Amino acid sequence: MKEEEVNFAKNERFQLTMIPGTVAKSMRTCVVWQFIRFLVINIKMLVVVSKSH
Amino acid sequence: MARLVVLGGGVSGHTAATFAAKWLGSSHEVVVVTPNSKWNWIPSNIWVGVGQMTKEEVTFPLAPVYAKAGINYKQAKAVSINPEGDASTDKPFVTIEYTEAGREGQIATVEYDYLINATGPKLNFAATPGLGDANGLGKFTVSVCTADHAEHAFEELTKVIAKMKAGERQKILIGTGHGMCTCQGAAFEYIFNVEHEIKKAGVRNMADIKWISNESFLGDFGMGGLHMKVGGYAVSSKLFAESLFAERNVDWLIGAHVHKVEAGKAHYELLDGSMGVEEFDFSMLIPPFAGVGLKAYNKAGEDITATLFAPNGFMKVDANYAAGAYENWKASDWPKTYQTPSYKNIFAAGIAFAPPHLISKPMSSPNGTPINPTPPRTGMPAGIIGKAVAHSVCDLITKGVNAHLHEASMAAMGAACVASAGKGLFDGTAAAMTVYPVVPDFEKYPGTGRDTDYTFGEIGLAGHWIKHILHHLFIYKAKLNPGWTLIPE
Ligand SMILES: Cc1cc2nc3c(=O)[nH]c(=O)nc-3n(C[C@H](O)[C@H](O)[C@H](O)COP(=O)(O)OP(=O)(O)OC[C@H]3O[C@@H](n4cnc5c(N)ncnc54)[C@H](O)[C@@H]3O)c2cc1C
Repeated sequence: MKEEEVNFAKNERFQLTMIPGTVAKSMRTCVVWQFIRFLVINIKMLVVVSKSH
Repeated sequence: MARLVVLGGGVSGHTAATFAAKWLGSSHEVVVVTPNSKWNWIPSNIWVGVGQMTKEEVTFPLAPVYAKAGINYKQAKAVSINPEGDASTDKPFVTIEYTEAGREGQIATVEYDYLINATGPKLNFAATPGLGDANGLGKFTVSVCTADHAEHAFEELTKVIAKMKAGERQKILIGTGHGMCTCQGAAFEYIFNVEHEIKKAGVRNMADIKWISNESFLGDFGMGGLHMKVGGYAVSSKLFAESLFAERNVDWLIGAHVHKVEAGKAHYELLDGSMGVEEFDFSMLIPPFAGVGLKAYNKAGEDITATLFAPNGFMKVDANYAAGAYENWKASDWPKTYQTPSYKNIFAAGIAFAPPHLISKPMSSPNGTPINPTPPRTGMPAGIIGKAVAHSVCDLITKGVNAHLHEASMAAMGAACVASAGKGLFDGTAAAMTVYPVVPDFEKYPGTGRDTDYTFGEIGLAGHWIKHILHHLFIYKAKLNPGWTLIPE
């Protein structure tokens, strides 16, 4: 069974949502991609902070 | 020389007092009355609760910082406010009770020209029998609301992990301990940090982990949920939250009002009116919040607490408290200046102000029990409001009583929330979210009530790094180290 399908079988409610697969999960801890996201999220957060003051 | 008295040295009060002291300089006086000797970066208590940080790493002593800022610091708790003075003086004052070692219980009065009430929440454990009593946390569950509570939570967590290692299956229950709780975000962070630590300990297969909360859907967070941009879609936070729970194999029970806690048992009522019991070996349940219970008296000594405070103990400010039914709620009901209507020299900042109403849709069970999250009171709005209120007071002092008041409505303010889902420089993750505005404005954003360009969320290592950096940055700022004013709230 594929990794993302394992938990679907564990609970009826889990079947009604989405579970990330291996690629989506590995991107979460891929240092290069996450460094790019780090910059993007920081910029977005700074915009929200500046809009709030 | 005018005197500003700030009650509470937490996120909001500390921000207000330090900025006011900087802007007013030595020609006016800033006094902080707060019962704690240490400042606590509360969001990192989550990591203390899983043993990834120590209490010392999330706290620091206030006295040297206030000495550096020229702030008159009184380690005491405010008991009451006399906004008109009393029979012997026309000058308004607060009555305080010292908590400082060696002076405990001593009563004094502090006169003020301007007062900022930033006393935050009372952790109302007593609202649920068994969750705690009037003196605090009970013996059946743990909490992460203070650094001491979080240390205790870690001790208890260590015991259940040891039992799992010894082959004993354990049931973990984390969430909210009452139908009217807020702060689901903190419990959300804690459950995923606990899950992460149990996995790291190699005993995930020995743990049944369950979420219990008063939200009517997962991902409500007391804000009626939110829609965020993910992969080009505007997605409900319900899907985002359910996905995270399913991925980590964490079951959930929602729409639950925990009404009694016993050893290993949480008794609850659900939105459909049914009753049930959830068993546990380890449980962290957030208590509901209330105001800290300050009293107020007029010049004649009559009790005017109900004039200054709402029944839940939070201070009434410039909000519309008469908005009525959910259908009539508007973004403009939310306060802008945080000035109390009855006394123009009193302001409330941070959690201490009374919100006009909920943000989430009000719900109750067929038995009439209200089961709905109360509005979230996160750190960023608490800091921004503290700064705006300090700015207003400084202008009133330096420019005169007709000075323009600064505004910081939660309906025109965003919040950046980073919910840790496991600590680790390369294997940690966090859900980084921004919401704009915190209170949805359906007149301005008719679709979702919020600007979906600035309401977004994603899970990953980047969020964890941000959370870690924020920890150091905010402690650096709170210590008033060089350049502290450049770090945004
Ligand atoms: C476990 C946890 C995790 C959290 N995580 C996050 C997060 O990740 N991000 C986020 O944005 N927010 C988070 N929050 C919320 C955040 O901590 C609050 O929004 C913020 O602390 C509110 O600031 P405040 O100044 O209003 O209250 P507080 O910070 O609670 O400060 C109130 C102060 O008043 C003092 N006080 C109490 N009674 C009196 C009295 N009678 N007289 C004088 N002083 C008094 C208290 O000792 C305290 O110092 C979290 C909260 C918890 C509990």
